[in-house]
Amino acid sequence: MPLERAQVEQIALLARISLTPEEVELFQDQLSQLLEQFQVLSELDTTDVPPTGHAVDLQAVMREDEDEASLAPEDVLSNAPRQEGEFFRVKAVLEE
Amino acid sequence: MAAEERLTIHEAGRKLAQREISSVELTRAQLERIDRLEERIKSFITLTPELALRQAEQADQRIAAGEAGPLTGIPMQMKDVISTKGVTTTCASRMLEDYVPVYNATVAERLLSQGAVLLGKGNMDEYAMGSSCENSAFFPTRNPWDLERVPGGSSGGGAAAVSAGQAVYALGSDTGGSVRQPASLCGVVGMKPTYGMVSRYGLVAYASSLDQIGPITQDVTDCALVLNAIVGHDPKDSTSLRQPVADYAAGLGEYTSPSPLAKGGLHGGPVRLGVPEEYFVDGMQDGVRESVQAAIETLESLGASVEPVSLPTTRYALACYYIIAPSECSANLARYDGVKYGFSYQDTQNMWEAMERTRAGGFGPEVKRRVILGAYALSAGYYDAYYLKAQQARTLIRRDFDRVFEQVDALVTPTSPVVAFRLGEKINDPVEMYLIDVCTVPANIAGLPGISVPCGFSQGLPVGMQIIGPHLSEQRLLNIAYAYEQATQWHLERPNI
Repeated sequence: MPLERAQVEQIALLARISLTPEEVELFQDQLSQLLEQFQVLSELDTTDVPPTGHAVDLQAVMREDEDEASLAPEDVLSNAPRQEGEFFRVKAVLEE
Repeated sequence: MAAEERLTIHEAGRKLAQREISSVELTRAQLERIDRLEERIKSFITLTPELALRQAEQADQRIAAGEAGPLTGIPMQMKDVISTKGVTTTCASRMLEDYVPVYNATVAERLLSQGAVLLGKGNMDEYAMGSSCENSAFFPTRNPWDLERVPGGSSGGGAAAVSAGQAVYALGSDTGGSVRQPASLCGVVGMKPTYGMVSRYGLVAYASSLDQIGPITQDVTDCALVLNAIVGHDPKDSTSLRQPVADYAAGLGEYTSPSPLAKGGLHGGPVRLGVPEEYFVDGMQDGVRESVQAAIETLESLGASVEPVSLPTTRYALACYYIIAPSECSANLARYDGVKYGFSYQDTQNMWEAMERTRAGGFGPEVKRRVILGAYALSAGYYDAYYLKAQQARTLIRRDFDRVFEQVDALVTPTSPVVAFRLGEKINDPVEMYLIDVCTVPANIAGLPGISVPCGFSQGLPVGMQIIGPHLSEQRLLNIAYAYEQATQWHLERPNI
Protein backbone atom coordinates (compact mmCIF):
# COMPACT_ATOMS: atom_id res chain seq x y z
CA MET A 1 0.00 0.00 0.00
CA PRO A 2 1.92 3.08 -1.21
CA LEU A 3 1.96 6.14 1.01
CA GLU A 4 -0.08 9.15 -0.07
CA ARG A 5 1.62 12.50 -0.35
CA ALA A 6 -0.63 13.89 2.39
CA GLN A 7 0.41 11.05 4.71
CA VAL A 8 4.10 11.93 4.36
CA GLU A 9 3.27 15.58 5.04
CA GLN A 10 1.24 14.61 8.09
CA ILE A 11 4.03 12.41 9.54
CA ALA A 12 6.61 15.11 8.86
CA LEU A 13 4.42 17.50 10.82
CA LEU A 14 4.20 15.03 13.71
CA ALA A 15 7.99 14.58 13.60
CA ARG A 16 8.42 18.37 13.41
CA ILE A 17 10.59 18.35 10.31
CA SER A 18 9.68 20.73 7.50
CA LEU A 19 10.24 19.02 4.16
CA THR A 20 10.68 20.53 0.71
CA PRO A 21 8.23 19.33 -1.98
CA GLU A 22 11.11 17.32 -3.50
CA GLU A 23 11.81 15.61 -0.17
CA VAL A 24 8.12 14.76 0.26
CA GLU A 25 8.11 13.13 -3.15
CA LEU A 26 11.37 11.24 -2.54
CA PHE A 27 10.29 9.96 0.88
CA GLN A 28 6.85 9.04 -0.43
CA ASP A 29 8.54 6.79 -2.95
CA GLN A 30 11.28 5.38 -0.67
CA LEU A 31 9.10 4.82 2.39
CA SER A 32 6.46 3.10 0.25
CA GLN A 33 9.14 0.69 -0.96
CA LEU A 34 10.28 0.02 2.60
CA LEU A 35 6.73 -0.54 3.87
CA GLU A 36 6.32 -2.99 1.01
CA GLN A 37 9.40 -4.88 2.28
CA PHE A 38 7.96 -4.89 5.80
CA GLN A 39 4.95 -6.85 4.54
CA VAL A 40 7.09 -9.97 4.96
CA LEU A 41 6.20 -9.80 8.67
CA SER A 42 2.56 -10.56 7.89
CA GLU A 43 3.67 -14.15 7.16
CA LEU A 44 4.46 -14.59 10.85
CA ASP A 45 1.79 -16.00 13.12
CA THR A 46 2.13 -13.79 16.19
CA THR A 47 -1.04 -14.90 17.96
CA ASP A 48 -0.33 -14.89 21.70
CA VAL A 49 3.33 -13.92 21.12
CA PRO A 50 4.33 -11.30 23.69
CA PRO A 51 6.27 -8.30 22.33
CA THR A 52 9.96 -7.89 23.20
CA GLY A 53 10.98 -4.32 23.97
CA HIS A 54 14.40 -5.30 25.25
CA ALA A 55 16.61 -8.28 24.49
CA VAL A 56 17.84 -8.57 28.05
CA ASP A 57 15.31 -9.07 30.81
CA LEU A 58 15.44 -6.11 33.14
CA GLN A 59 13.42 -5.08 36.11
CA ALA A 60 12.82 -1.42 36.88
CA VAL A 61 16.16 -0.27 38.25
CA MET A 62 16.09 1.78 41.43
CA ARG A 63 18.86 3.38 43.41
CA GLU A 64 19.13 4.95 46.83
CA ASP A 65 17.87 8.51 46.85
CA GLU A 66 21.11 10.19 47.85
CA ASP A 67 22.07 13.71 46.92
CA GLU A 68 25.09 14.10 44.72
CA ALA A 69 26.66 16.86 42.69
CA SER A 70 25.03 17.64 39.37
CA LEU A 71 26.27 19.76 36.47
CA ALA A 72 26.87 23.45 37.21
CA PRO A 73 24.35 25.82 35.56
CA GLU A 74 27.06 27.34 33.35
CA ASP A 75 27.95 23.86 32.09
CA VAL A 76 24.32 23.01 31.39
CA LEU A 77 23.96 26.24 29.43
CA SER A 78 27.33 26.11 27.70
CA ASN A 79 25.89 24.73 24.43
CA ALA A 80 22.64 26.71 24.50
CA PRO A 81 21.90 28.54 21.23
CA ARG A 82 20.25 31.32 23.25
CA GLN A 83 20.30 31.97 26.96
CA GLU A 84 19.36 34.66 29.40
CA GLY A 85 20.90 34.60 32.86
CA GLU A 86 20.62 31.05 34.12
CA PHE A 87 17.89 30.14 31.66
CA PHE A 88 17.47 28.75 28.18
CA ARG A 89 15.76 31.39 26.09
CA VAL A 90 12.91 30.03 23.98
CA LYS A 91 10.30 31.52 21.70
CA ALA A 92 6.88 32.22 23.14
CA VAL A 93 5.06 28.95 23.75
CA LEU A 94 1.69 30.49 24.55
CA GLU A 95 0.14 32.98 22.16
CA GLU A 96 -0.89 36.36 23.58
CA MET B 1 60.21 5.01 16.06
CA ALA B 2 59.25 5.29 12.38
CA ALA B 3 55.77 6.28 11.27
CA GLU B 4 55.70 3.21 8.99
CA GLU B 5 55.90 0.78 11.89
CA ARG B 6 52.58 -0.82 12.83
CA LEU B 7 52.08 -2.04 16.39
CA THR B 8 49.16 -3.75 18.06
CA ILE B 9 48.14 -2.84 21.60
CA HIS B 10 49.94 -5.85 23.05
CA GLU B 11 53.11 -5.21 21.01
CA ALA B 12 53.18 -1.52 21.86
CA GLY B 13 52.41 -2.30 25.50
CA ARG B 14 55.42 -4.61 25.69
CA LYS B 15 57.72 -2.03 24.09
CA LEU B 16 56.43 0.66 26.42
CA ALA B 17 56.94 -1.55 29.47
CA GLN B 18 60.48 -2.40 28.40
CA ARG B 19 61.16 1.30 27.63
CA GLU B 20 62.06 0.53 24.02
CA ILE B 21 59.73 3.36 23.09
CA SER B 22 57.89 6.07 24.96
CA SER B 23 54.24 6.94 24.59
CA VAL B 24 55.27 10.37 23.30
CA GLU B 25 57.34 8.72 20.54
CA LEU B 26 54.54 6.33 19.72
CA THR B 27 52.01 9.15 19.63
CA ARG B 28 54.23 11.37 17.47
CA ALA B 29 54.77 8.54 14.99
CA GLN B 30 51.03 7.95 14.95
CA LEU B 31 50.28 11.65 14.33
CA GLU B 32 52.83 11.69 11.50
CA ARG B 33 51.16 8.70 9.89
CA ILE B 34 47.75 10.36 10.23
CA ASP B 35 49.20 13.47 8.65
CA ARG B 36 50.49 11.46 5.71
CA LEU B 37 47.30 9.45 5.13
CA GLU B 38 44.39 11.54 6.28
CA GLU B 39 43.90 13.49 3.06
CA ARG B 40 43.18 10.18 1.33
CA ILE B 41 41.38 8.23 4.08
CA LYS B 42 39.42 10.96 5.92
CA SER B 43 38.74 8.81 8.97
CA PHE B 44 38.79 11.65 11.55
CA ILE B 45 36.18 14.36 12.07
CA THR B 46 38.27 16.02 14.78
CA LEU B 47 41.99 15.59 15.49
CA THR B 48 43.31 16.28 18.98
CA PRO B 49 47.11 16.21 18.57
CA GLU B 50 47.92 18.55 21.46
CA LEU B 51 45.66 16.69 23.86
CA ALA B 52 47.16 13.40 22.65
CA LEU B 53 50.72 14.55 23.32
CA ARG B 54 49.75 15.81 26.78
CA GLN B 55 48.11 12.49 27.56
CA ALA B 56 51.16 10.67 26.18
CA GLU B 57 53.46 12.63 28.55
CA GLN B 58 51.24 11.71 31.48
CA ALA B 59 51.20 8.10 30.33
CA ASP B 60 55.00 8.05 30.25
CA GLN B 61 55.03 9.28 33.85
CA ARG B 62 52.64 6.51 34.84
CA ILE B 63 54.76 3.92 33.08
CA ALA B 64 57.89 5.25 34.82
CA ALA B 65 56.06 5.05 38.16
CA GLY B 66 55.07 1.44 37.44
CA GLU B 67 51.36 2.32 37.37
CA ALA B 68 50.61 1.41 33.77
CA GLY B 69 47.79 -0.80 32.52
CA PRO B 70 47.56 -2.56 29.14
CA LEU B 71 46.09 0.52 27.42
CA THR B 72 48.28 3.16 29.08
CA GLY B 73 50.00 5.32 26.49
CA ILE B 74 48.36 3.65 23.49
CA PRO B 75 46.95 6.08 20.88
CA MET B 76 43.35 5.44 19.81
CA GLN B 77 40.39 6.93 17.99
CA MET B 78 36.89 7.27 19.43
CA LYS B 79 33.76 7.31 17.28
CA ASP B 80 32.24 10.78 17.22
CA VAL B 81 29.01 9.54 18.80
CA ILE B 82 30.78 8.98 22.15
CA SER B 83 30.79 12.08 24.37
CA THR B 84 34.22 13.48 25.19
CA LYS B 85 34.39 16.31 27.70
CA GLY B 86 35.81 19.44 26.09
CA VAL B 87 36.24 17.74 22.68
CA THR B 88 33.62 18.45 20.00
CA THR B 89 31.25 15.52 19.54
CA THR B 90 29.33 15.96 16.30
CA CYS B 91 27.71 12.59 15.53
CA ALA B 92 28.74 13.53 11.97
CA SER B 93 25.73 15.85 11.92
CA ARG B 94 25.27 19.53 11.14
CA MET B 95 22.94 19.45 14.13
CA LEU B 96 25.85 18.94 16.55
CA GLU B 97 28.64 20.50 14.48
CA ASP B 98 29.69 22.77 17.37
CA TYR B 99 28.51 20.66 20.31
CA VAL B 100 31.12 20.34 23.08
CA PRO B 101 30.09 17.84 25.80
CA VAL B 102 30.51 18.92 29.40
CA TYR B 103 30.93 15.34 30.58
CA ASN B 104 32.62 12.15 29.40
CA ALA B 105 30.81 9.02 28.31
CA THR B 106 31.51 6.23 30.80
CA VAL B 107 33.65 4.39 28.21
CA ALA B 108 35.67 7.55 27.58
CA GLU B 109 36.11 8.07 31.31
CA ARG B 110 37.25 4.46 31.75
CA LEU B 111 39.74 4.56 28.89
CA LEU B 112 41.17 7.95 29.84
CA SER B 113 41.49 6.98 33.48
CA GLN B 114 43.54 4.00 32.30
CA GLY B 115 45.88 6.30 30.42
CA ALA B 116 44.53 6.03 26.86
CA VAL B 117 45.79 8.61 24.35
CA LEU B 118 42.97 10.18 22.33
CA LEU B 119 44.08 10.99 18.76
CA GLY B 120 40.66 12.30 17.76
CA LYS B 121 37.09 11.50 16.92
CA GLY B 122 36.11 9.04 14.20
CA ASN B 123 33.99 9.70 11.15
CA MET B 124 30.68 7.82 10.89
CA ASP B 125 27.29 7.84 9.26
CA GLU B 126 25.22 10.66 10.75
CA TYR B 127 23.90 9.60 14.17
CA ALA B 128 25.23 6.09 13.39
CA MET B 129 22.54 5.61 10.73
CA GLY B 130 24.04 3.95 7.69
CA SER B 131 26.22 1.14 6.40
CA SER B 132 28.79 3.00 4.31
CA CYS B 133 29.96 6.13 6.16
CA GLU B 134 28.59 8.13 3.21
CA ASN B 135 25.89 9.63 5.44
CA SER B 136 28.45 11.72 7.33
CA ALA B 137 27.36 15.34 6.96
CA PHE B 138 31.01 16.33 6.51
CA PHE B 139 32.75 13.88 4.15
CA PRO B 140 32.84 10.17 3.39
CA THR B 141 35.68 7.99 4.67
CA ARG B 142 37.58 5.87 2.14
CA ASN B 143 38.44 2.20 2.41
CA PRO B 144 42.23 1.85 2.79
CA TRP B 145 42.16 -1.26 0.57
CA ASP B 146 40.65 0.70 -2.32
CA LEU B 147 40.10 4.43 -2.00
CA GLU B 148 37.19 4.32 -4.44
CA ARG B 149 35.28 2.09 -2.05
CA VAL B 150 33.44 2.64 1.22
CA PRO B 151 34.85 1.44 4.56
CA GLY B 152 31.39 0.26 5.65
CA GLY B 153 29.45 1.85 8.44
CA SER B 154 28.40 3.33 10.54
CA SER B 155 31.77 3.13 12.41
CA GLY B 156 33.60 3.50 9.08
CA GLY B 157 36.12 6.00 10.43
CA GLY B 158 37.25 3.62 13.17
CA ALA B 159 37.60 0.60 10.90
CA ALA B 160 39.45 2.59 8.23
CA ALA B 161 41.76 4.19 10.81
CA VAL B 162 42.73 0.85 12.38
CA SER B 163 43.14 -0.78 8.97
CA ALA B 164 45.33 2.05 7.65
CA GLY B 165 47.35 2.27 10.86
CA GLN B 166 46.07 5.74 11.73
CA ALA B 167 45.17 4.50 15.21
CA VAL B 168 46.23 1.44 17.18
CA TYR B 169 42.58 0.73 17.95
CA ALA B 170 39.20 2.45 17.90
CA LEU B 171 35.91 2.41 19.74
CA GLY B 172 32.76 2.16 17.67
CA SER B 173 29.09 1.59 18.34
CA ASP B 174 26.94 -1.19 16.89
CA THR B 175 23.15 -0.88 16.58
CA GLY B 176 22.64 -3.18 13.58
CA GLY B 177 26.20 -4.15 12.66
CA SER B 178 27.99 -0.79 12.80
CA VAL B 179 31.15 -2.21 14.40
CA ARG B 180 31.22 -5.68 12.81
CA GLN B 181 30.37 -4.73 9.22
CA PRO B 182 32.99 -1.97 8.76
CA ALA B 183 35.55 -4.21 10.52
CA SER B 184 34.72 -6.86 7.94
CA LEU B 185 34.98 -4.48 4.98
CA CYS B 186 38.32 -3.07 6.21
CA GLY B 187 39.94 -6.36 7.26
CA VAL B 188 40.12 -5.79 11.02
CA VAL B 189 38.50 -7.25 14.14
CA GLY B 190 35.24 -5.77 15.48
CA MET B 191 33.11 -6.92 18.38
CA LYS B 192 29.63 -6.12 19.62
CA PRO B 193 29.32 -7.30 23.24
CA THR B 194 26.14 -8.63 24.83
CA TYR B 195 23.57 -5.84 25.22
CA GLY B 196 24.20 -4.25 28.62
CA MET B 197 27.85 -5.30 28.97
CA VAL B 198 29.16 -1.84 28.12
CA SER B 199 27.62 1.31 29.55
CA ARG B 200 25.74 3.48 27.06
CA TYR B 201 26.03 6.55 29.29
CA GLY B 202 27.29 9.37 27.08
CA LEU B 203 26.76 7.41 23.86
CA VAL B 204 24.47 9.68 21.85
CA ALA B 205 21.33 7.58 21.49
CA TYR B 206 20.12 6.18 18.17
CA ALA B 207 18.06 3.06 19.05
CA SER B 208 18.47 2.49 22.77
CA SER B 209 17.37 -1.15 22.96
CA LEU B 210 19.93 -2.09 20.29
CA ASP B 211 22.91 0.28 20.74
CA GLN B 212 26.10 -1.19 22.14
CA ILE B 213 29.68 0.13 22.16
CA GLY B 214 32.45 -2.19 20.96
CA PRO B 215 36.16 -2.37 20.08
CA ILE B 216 37.70 -2.23 16.60
CA THR B 217 41.20 -3.70 16.72
CA GLN B 218 44.00 -5.26 14.69
CA ASP B 219 43.69 -8.68 16.28
CA VAL B 220 41.71 -10.74 18.79
CA THR B 221 44.13 -10.21 21.68
CA ASP B 222 43.70 -6.45 21.32
CA CYS B 223 39.93 -6.89 21.19
CA ALA B 224 40.05 -8.74 24.53
CA LEU B 225 42.26 -6.03 26.06
CA VAL B 226 39.91 -3.22 25.03
CA LEU B 227 36.87 -5.20 26.15
CA ASN B 228 38.48 -5.66 29.56
CA ALA B 229 38.76 -1.91 29.87
CA ILE B 230 35.20 -0.96 28.91
CA VAL B 231 32.87 -3.65 30.30
CA GLY B 232 31.23 -3.57 33.69
CA HIS B 233 28.24 -2.24 35.53
CA ASP B 234 27.56 1.49 35.46
CA PRO B 235 24.92 2.98 37.75
CA LYS B 236 24.46 5.77 35.17
CA ASP B 237 23.02 3.32 32.61
CA SER B 238 19.94 1.55 33.94
CA THR B 239 20.24 -1.17 31.27
CA SER B 240 23.80 -1.96 32.28
CA LEU B 241 24.21 -5.55 33.51
CA ARG B 242 25.37 -6.40 37.00
CA GLN B 243 27.62 -9.09 35.70
CA PRO B 244 30.98 -10.04 37.17
CA VAL B 245 33.58 -9.29 34.52
CA ALA B 246 36.30 -11.65 33.44
CA ASP B 247 39.84 -10.97 32.25
CA TYR B 248 39.16 -11.84 28.63
CA ALA B 249 42.78 -11.43 27.53
CA ALA B 250 44.01 -13.85 30.20
CA GLY B 251 41.25 -16.25 29.11
CA LEU B 252 42.72 -16.48 25.62
CA GLY B 253 45.72 -18.37 26.95
CA GLU B 254 43.75 -21.58 27.28
CA TYR B 255 44.18 -22.49 23.62
CA THR B 256 47.67 -23.78 22.87
CA SER B 257 47.32 -27.25 21.32
CA PRO B 258 47.11 -27.91 17.54
CA SER B 259 43.43 -28.73 17.91
CA PRO B 260 42.34 -26.14 20.46
CA LEU B 261 38.66 -26.48 19.60
CA ALA B 262 38.58 -30.24 20.18
CA LYS B 263 37.60 -29.67 23.77
CA GLY B 264 35.86 -27.01 25.78
CA GLY B 265 32.42 -27.40 24.20
CA LEU B 266 29.49 -26.82 26.54
CA HIS B 267 28.31 -30.41 26.23
CA GLY B 268 31.80 -31.73 26.89
CA GLY B 269 33.88 -32.68 23.88
CA PRO B 270 34.58 -30.37 20.97
CA VAL B 271 33.31 -26.84 20.51
CA ARG B 272 30.10 -27.19 18.52
CA LEU B 273 29.63 -24.64 15.79
CA GLY B 274 26.39 -24.14 13.91
CA VAL B 275 26.25 -22.82 10.37
CA PRO B 276 22.82 -21.27 9.77
CA GLU B 277 21.92 -21.80 6.13
CA GLU B 278 19.66 -18.72 6.17
CA TYR B 279 22.70 -16.43 6.51
CA PHE B 280 24.03 -17.51 3.11
CA VAL B 281 21.45 -15.31 1.43
CA ASP B 282 20.56 -14.84 -2.21
CA GLY B 283 22.75 -12.09 -3.58
CA MET B 284 25.74 -13.08 -1.46
CA GLN B 285 28.93 -12.76 -3.46
CA ASP B 286 30.58 -16.08 -4.36
CA GLY B 287 33.93 -14.84 -3.09
CA VAL B 288 32.44 -14.11 0.32
CA ARG B 289 30.71 -17.48 0.48
CA GLU B 290 33.92 -19.30 -0.49
CA SER B 291 36.10 -17.45 2.02
CA VAL B 292 33.70 -18.09 4.89
CA GLN B 293 33.29 -21.74 3.93
CA ALA B 294 37.09 -22.14 3.87
CA ALA B 295 37.23 -20.51 7.32
CA ILE B 296 34.64 -22.94 8.62
CA GLU B 297 36.79 -25.81 7.33
CA THR B 298 39.75 -24.32 9.17
CA LEU B 299 37.71 -24.22 12.39
CA GLU B 300 36.83 -27.88 11.81
CA SER B 301 40.51 -28.73 11.32
CA LEU B 302 41.17 -27.06 14.69
CA GLY B 303 38.93 -29.63 16.31
CA ALA B 304 35.50 -27.96 16.26
CA SER B 305 32.46 -29.96 15.27
CA VAL B 306 30.50 -28.14 12.60
CA GLU B 307 26.86 -28.77 11.82
CA PRO B 308 24.20 -27.04 9.74
CA VAL B 309 21.48 -25.36 11.78
CA SER B 310 18.35 -23.50 10.82
CA LEU B 311 17.14 -20.11 12.05
CA PRO B 312 13.93 -19.74 10.04
CA THR B 313 13.10 -16.29 11.44
CA THR B 314 16.26 -14.81 9.88
CA ARG B 315 14.21 -13.65 6.88
CA TYR B 316 12.17 -11.40 9.18
CA ALA B 317 15.13 -9.81 10.95
CA LEU B 318 15.73 -6.92 8.54
CA ALA B 319 12.09 -5.81 8.55
CA CYS B 320 12.02 -6.19 12.34
CA TYR B 321 15.17 -4.08 12.68
CA TYR B 322 14.13 -1.40 10.21
CA ILE B 323 10.89 -0.88 12.12
CA ILE B 324 12.27 -1.00 15.68
CA ALA B 325 15.43 1.07 15.11
CA PRO B 326 13.69 3.97 13.31
CA SER B 327 10.87 3.93 15.88
CA GLU B 328 13.32 4.30 18.75
CA CYS B 329 15.28 6.85 16.72
CA SER B 330 12.22 9.01 16.13
CA ALA B 331 11.70 9.16 19.90
CA ASN B 332 15.38 9.66 20.78
CA LEU B 333 15.95 12.41 18.23
CA ALA B 334 12.94 14.41 19.44
CA ARG B 335 15.41 16.13 21.79
CA TYR B 336 16.95 18.13 18.94
CA ASP B 337 14.62 21.11 19.14
CA GLY B 338 17.15 23.93 18.87
CA VAL B 339 16.74 24.98 22.50
CA LYS B 340 19.30 23.20 24.67
CA TYR B 341 22.16 22.60 22.24
CA GLY B 342 22.92 22.17 18.59
CA PHE B 343 21.87 23.91 15.42
CA SER B 344 19.02 26.34 15.98
CA TYR B 345 16.94 28.14 13.38
CA GLN B 346 15.86 31.43 14.90
CA ASP B 347 14.62 33.55 12.02
CA THR B 348 10.95 33.22 12.83
CA GLN B 349 8.54 34.34 15.54
CA ASN B 350 6.74 31.04 15.75
CA MET B 351 8.06 28.31 18.08
CA TRP B 352 6.81 25.38 16.01
CA GLU B 353 8.20 26.77 12.79
CA ALA B 354 11.56 27.35 14.47
CA MET B 355 11.61 23.73 15.59
CA GLU B 356 10.57 22.37 12.20
CA ARG B 357 13.22 24.41 10.42
CA THR B 358 15.88 23.58 13.01
CA ARG B 359 15.32 19.89 12.34
CA ALA B 360 15.06 20.42 8.58
CA GLY B 361 18.41 22.22 8.54
CA GLY B 362 20.23 20.12 11.13
CA PHE B 363 19.40 16.59 9.99
CA GLY B 364 20.65 14.95 6.81
CA PRO B 365 18.51 12.85 4.43
CA GLU B 366 19.02 9.44 6.09
CA VAL B 367 18.19 10.78 9.55
CA LYS B 368 15.05 12.47 8.25
CA ARG B 369 14.07 9.27 6.48
CA ARG B 370 14.41 7.20 9.65
CA VAL B 371 12.74 9.73 11.95
CA ILE B 372 9.76 9.91 9.60
CA LEU B 373 9.63 6.15 9.07
CA GLY B 374 9.72 5.63 12.84
CA ALA B 375 7.09 8.27 13.51
CA TYR B 376 4.87 6.52 10.96
CA ALA B 377 5.40 3.05 12.51
CA LEU B 378 4.47 4.46 15.92
CA SER B 379 1.51 6.53 14.80
CA ALA B 380 -2.11 5.80 15.65
CA GLY B 381 -3.59 3.25 13.27
CA TYR B 382 -0.21 1.78 12.22
CA TYR B 383 1.30 0.92 15.60
CA ASP B 384 -0.16 -2.61 15.71
CA ALA B 385 0.70 -3.40 12.09
CA TYR B 386 4.31 -2.25 12.33
CA TYR B 387 5.80 -1.54 15.75
CA LEU B 388 3.91 -4.16 17.75
CA LYS B 389 4.30 -6.72 14.97
CA ALA B 390 8.06 -6.05 14.86
CA GLN B 391 8.33 -6.48 18.63
CA GLN B 392 6.52 -9.81 18.38
CA ALA B 393 8.85 -10.83 15.57
CA ARG B 394 11.67 -9.88 17.93
CA THR B 395 10.38 -12.43 20.43
CA LEU B 396 10.28 -15.14 17.76
CA ILE B 397 13.81 -14.29 16.60
CA ARG B 398 15.06 -14.55 20.20
CA ARG B 399 13.35 -17.90 20.64
CA ASP B 400 14.97 -19.16 17.47
CA PHE B 401 18.41 -18.30 18.86
CA ASP B 402 17.55 -19.80 22.28
CA ARG B 403 16.59 -23.05 20.60
CA VAL B 404 19.70 -23.26 18.45
CA PHE B 405 22.01 -22.44 21.38
CA GLU B 406 20.72 -25.54 23.17
CA GLN B 407 22.31 -27.43 20.31
CA VAL B 408 25.53 -25.51 19.49
CA ASP B 409 28.03 -23.33 21.34
CA ALA B 410 28.24 -20.62 18.68
CA LEU B 411 27.18 -19.74 15.15
CA VAL B 412 29.52 -19.01 12.26
CA THR B 413 28.30 -16.80 9.42
CA PRO B 414 29.54 -14.20 6.96
CA THR B 415 29.58 -10.70 8.49
CA SER B 416 28.49 -8.99 5.28
CA PRO B 417 27.08 -10.59 2.12
CA VAL B 418 29.37 -8.39 0.02
CA VAL B 419 32.87 -6.95 0.13
CA ALA B 420 33.40 -3.17 0.20
CA PHE B 421 31.32 -1.52 -2.53
CA ARG B 422 31.99 1.66 -4.49
CA LEU B 423 31.17 5.08 -3.13
CA GLY B 424 27.84 6.18 -4.56
CA GLU B 425 26.86 2.65 -5.58
CA LYS B 426 24.03 2.19 -3.09
CA ILE B 427 23.54 5.55 -1.40
CA ASN B 428 20.44 6.50 -3.41
CA ASP B 429 18.64 3.25 -2.77
CA PRO B 430 17.81 2.70 0.91
CA VAL B 431 16.28 -0.75 0.32
CA GLU B 432 19.50 -1.92 -1.34
CA MET B 433 21.67 -0.34 1.37
CA TYR B 434 19.65 -1.86 4.22
CA LEU B 435 20.10 -5.36 2.74
CA ILE B 436 23.82 -5.13 3.60
CA ASP B 437 22.87 -5.50 7.28
CA VAL B 438 21.13 -8.84 6.82
CA CYS B 439 23.76 -10.91 8.68
CA THR B 440 24.43 -8.47 11.51
CA VAL B 441 21.04 -7.17 12.71
CA PRO B 442 19.81 -10.45 14.26
CA ALA B 443 22.45 -10.27 17.03
CA ASN B 444 21.29 -6.76 17.96
CA ILE B 445 17.64 -7.78 17.92
CA ALA B 446 18.40 -10.63 20.33
CA GLY B 447 21.04 -8.71 22.34
CA LEU B 448 23.70 -11.32 21.54
CA PRO B 449 27.47 -10.81 21.33
CA GLY B 450 29.09 -11.11 17.92
CA ILE B 451 32.61 -10.73 16.60
CA SER B 452 33.89 -10.24 13.06
CA VAL B 453 37.38 -11.44 12.18
CA PRO B 454 39.25 -11.25 8.84
CA CYS B 455 38.96 -14.57 6.97
CA GLY B 456 40.20 -13.95 3.45
CA PHE B 457 39.96 -11.78 0.37
CA SER B 458 37.68 -11.53 -2.62
CA GLN B 459 38.44 -9.21 -5.54
CA GLY B 460 41.43 -8.05 -3.48
CA LEU B 461 39.11 -6.85 -0.69
CA PRO B 462 38.79 -8.22 2.85
CA VAL B 463 36.09 -10.71 3.85
CA GLY B 464 34.92 -11.08 7.44
CA MET B 465 33.63 -14.09 9.34
CA GLN B 466 31.12 -13.46 12.10
CA ILE B 467 30.85 -15.61 15.23
CA ILE B 468 27.68 -15.15 17.29
CA GLY B 469 27.08 -16.68 20.73
CA PRO B 470 24.47 -16.69 23.47
CA HIS B 471 24.26 -13.86 26.01
CA LEU B 472 27.50 -13.33 27.95
CA SER B 473 29.54 -15.74 25.81
CA GLU B 474 32.21 -13.12 25.02
CA GLN B 475 35.05 -15.30 26.28
CA ARG B 476 33.92 -18.25 24.18
CA LEU B 477 33.66 -16.10 21.03
CA LEU B 478 37.07 -14.57 21.63
CA ASN B 479 38.59 -18.01 22.18
CA ILE B 480 37.14 -19.38 18.94
CA ALA B 481 38.27 -16.27 17.06
CA TYR B 482 41.70 -16.49 18.68
CA ALA B 483 42.13 -20.15 17.75
CA TYR B 484 41.23 -19.25 14.16
CA GLU B 485 43.59 -16.29 14.16
CA GLN B 486 46.49 -18.41 15.45
CA ALA B 487 45.98 -20.83 12.58
CA THR B 488 45.72 -18.18 9.84
CA GLN B 489 47.53 -15.09 8.62
CA TRP B 490 44.64 -12.90 7.43
CA HIS B 491 44.87 -10.51 10.37
CA LEU B 492 48.47 -9.72 9.42
CA GLU B 493 47.52 -8.47 5.94
CA ARG B 494 47.76 -4.70 5.63
CA PRO B 495 46.56 -2.39 2.87
CA ASN B 496 49.39 -1.02 0.78
CA ILE B 497 48.97 2.66 1.52
